[in-house]
Amino acid sequence: MVQFNLPKNSKIKKGNYFKSVSESKNIKKVNVYRWNPDKDANPRVDTYEVDMDNCGPMVLDALIKIKNEIDSTLTFRRSCREGICGSCAMNIDGSNTLACTKSAREIKGEININPLPHMPVIKDLVPNLKQLYKQYQSVEPWMQSNKSSNGSEGLQTIEDRSKLDGLYECILCACCSTSCPSYWWNGDKYLGPAVLLQAYRWIIDSRDEERQKRLKKVADELKLFRCHTIMNCTNACPKGLNPAKAIGSIKKMLVTEKSA
Amino acid sequence: MSYDVINHEYDVVVVGAGGSGLRAAVGLSEAGLKTACVSKVFPTRSHTAAAQGGISAALGNMCEDDWRWHMYDTVKGADWLGDQDAIEFLCKEAPQAVIELEKYGVPFSRTEEGKIYQRPFGGMTKNYGNGVVQRTCAAADRTGHAILHTLYGQALKRDTEFFIEYFALDLIMENGKCQGIIAWNLQDGTIHRFRSKMVILATGGYGRAYFSATSAHTCTGDGGGMVLRAGLPLQDMEFVQFHPTGIYGAGCLITEGSRGEGGFLVNSEGERFMERYAPSAKDLASRDVVSRSMTVEINEGRGVGKNKDHIFLHLNHLDSKILKERLPGISESAKVFAGVDVTKEPIPVLPTVHYNMGGIPTNYFGEVLSKDANGSDTIVDGLMAVGEAACVSVHGANRLGSNSLIDLVVFGKAAAVRAAEKVKPNSKHEDISDAETQKCLDRFDKMRNADGDTPTSVLRDKMQRTMQSKCAVFRTDKTLREGLNEIQEPWQGLNNISIKDRSLIFNTDLVEALEFDNLIRQSQVTVASAENRKESRGAHSREDFKERDDNNWMKHTLAWHEDGKVKLNYRDVHNYTLTNDVQYFPPKARVY
Repeated sequence: MVQFNLPKNSKIKKGNYFKSVSESKNIKKVNVYRWNPDKDANPRVDTYEVDMDNCGPMVLDALIKIKNEIDSTLTFRRSCREGICGSCAMNIDGSNTLACTKSAREIKGEININPLPHMPVIKDLVPNLKQLYKQYQSVEPWMQSNKSSNGSEGLQTIEDRSKLDGLYECILCACCSTSCPSYWWNGDKYLGPAVLLQAYRWIIDSRDEERQKRLKKVADELKLFRCHTIMNCTNACPKGLNPAKAIGSIKKMLVTEKSA
Repeated sequence: MSYDVINHEYDVVVVGAGGSGLRAAVGLSEAGLKTACVSKVFPTRSHTAAAQGGISAALGNMCEDDWRWHMYDTVKGADWLGDQDAIEFLCKEAPQAVIELEKYGVPFSRTEEGKIYQRPFGGMTKNYGNGVVQRTCAAADRTGHAILHTLYGQALKRDTEFFIEYFALDLIMENGKCQGIIAWNLQDGTIHRFRSKMVILATGGYGRAYFSATSAHTCTGDGGGMVLRAGLPLQDMEFVQFHPTGIYGAGCLITEGSRGEGGFLVNSEGERFMERYAPSAKDLASRDVVSRSMTVEINEGRGVGKNKDHIFLHLNHLDSKILKERLPGISESAKVFAGVDVTKEPIPVLPTVHYNMGGIPTNYFGEVLSKDANGSDTIVDGLMAVGEAACVSVHGANRLGSNSLIDLVVFGKAAAVRAAEKVKPNSKHEDISDAETQKCLDRFDKMRNADGDTPTSVLRDKMQRTMQSKCAVFRTDKTLREGLNEIQEPWQGLNNISIKDRSLIFNTDLVEALEFDNLIRQSQVTVASAENRKESRGAHSREDFKERDDNNWMKHTLAWHEDGKVKLNYRDVHNYTLTNDVQYFPPKARVY
């Protein structure tokens, strides 16, 4: 019989238990993935009892409370705490989302927190997103136009501008791409929903003059057509955007725009 | 313990990758200078992303406008503490800077003619204070996000070299000249020495010195901390802007653009009280005026809510189409953080720390200034500063809304132009000793291995609560003296700090301690500068010195930090313009 070995560090062990010292009745158990790159040990899940009566409403508030009051070694990214910077993307209660806009109270029972799935982990809840950033750069996310400016602003109709709505709001948090099974298996070749949405943001911008070049660039069996409309991306997006629709639009344009 | 140091040589190093750092990096790369951009967060995570309402420029797309009107408004908003040569430069350059952003691809909202949409904003007027002007260029209410992502794309286009998630530790100063920086790579734990002929600090503000701020967790003024440790002064640190509309409790920002689009504030009696305080501008008076008025309403018992401790912002009378098109971001924020449907209910708001007018003193080229023994301004060789980290000073005692985004791009570009004039590409670096590097690493190693009793979070909390209660919207001699005294405790606490994580890879326990070190120095300098300034001007409002005093206090404060002691001095406010295109606006009473 064929035997498979799991990759190193893929077995997660039970970790430490931090009992709350508070008298509060409103205690929530928060189970957090821990992995320390300095040690050879497998990852573990530590459990922290958090007094929710003295904690802000969001999952990020609970994580910060743990770091401030219980265990300062707990490691995660965070910055704006209002859902605009995309730093604190993680897997909470089974879904990828932003810890800062995810209500802790709405989660029934224990809160399970893991890093974004299928990305290399740097430490604890901090994933390495270098690959995604490189793919982002590969779609040339800058305006390409040879129009002479004469020092005056370029015009765009309200209608053309509205085509960017639902696209330009993307904060590159990677919740969508790291929820996509196609991206899990072929992340080195498939661009994934976040980057394709960004590609479409420039393809559809009426001011950009390289639409055909941009379409050609992504029209590739692996880069684009590994999307099998699983729709996890759209379900995951914490900003309510629809990367699956953007990908569908690119596919449609490849058929309808003759020269592409 | 000794650390292996990885050496790099660049023409210019930019520290920070928000709006001003990226704009500088773009200009430097264009000029052919070998440029490194070092940032503790991935560029699009920078706090520029959180700017909402817009970027000011007298484009005149919606109505007649003139950059001189913009300049007058900025001078008045600054309560005459701004340097008028720099303000002239800002307002004159602003329209081209916005047009450049449009060319870069910023998805601005549009008018019927397809031009950039502009909205009214606080303190922005036509014809020198006679009526409201629409000057603030907007991409819905996500203007900062749109600009930041666009500028990052432009930097990628020019192959700017980024060092991402590198935490800058200190400047390398030798013989009064900046020779580069030391930084710590969080991702792999290595230490890096960047030699450069110019360092441009674009590290943002230090809003997290306060308990309740719209600022991100990462707004810890790291450049200001580095400058103070290098024995250089910071300027006008007593001027801390409270934004009138932070969401009560959460502190998240609700843009002034919400009032620009027709929103208004009411007290517990249902009164639109701003009409009393600013009969002409009403809810669009400048931020210091609105924040003070709200605080007075609350202090006099007319606050709303169970504890009568906040104010309501009404948007529910606005057309839901306008809300959806122009204010979608704050509609979402209000839902998430206050549980409010803005089409039906008012948003609970409170003045919240938002912006630091003070910072690293520079001229309008971005060159860092200090003062010599004779009291003359001197330029610090090899060092520049831009953005919120800097104090040019264009914002003086109070910044107008939408003037910070324009500050980022105008002075980010100006700094790149100046650096390109001063630095010859690929020229040889001077030999320097290792003494400064060793001093920096000694501090780093001491902090990393600190095994005292008090975690950073406790010291930080003490600092933030002191700043919030003793150095807030209204100040008195008593609160400020108490503040000076109480802020010593967290400063002393640094000697007994406890770090549990000893690793070098993504050690955020240590990062937070180093950030606290930067914050506490700037907190001390802020309280000392505030205690010293015995007048009310802009955001610095003394209940015991209620009037502006131009005879004695028309001057910038300079503050040095030496072993927990603050030393103060002054610089003249520039009472002249840059060119004859506009005349100096002499001080007069500031009424909105």
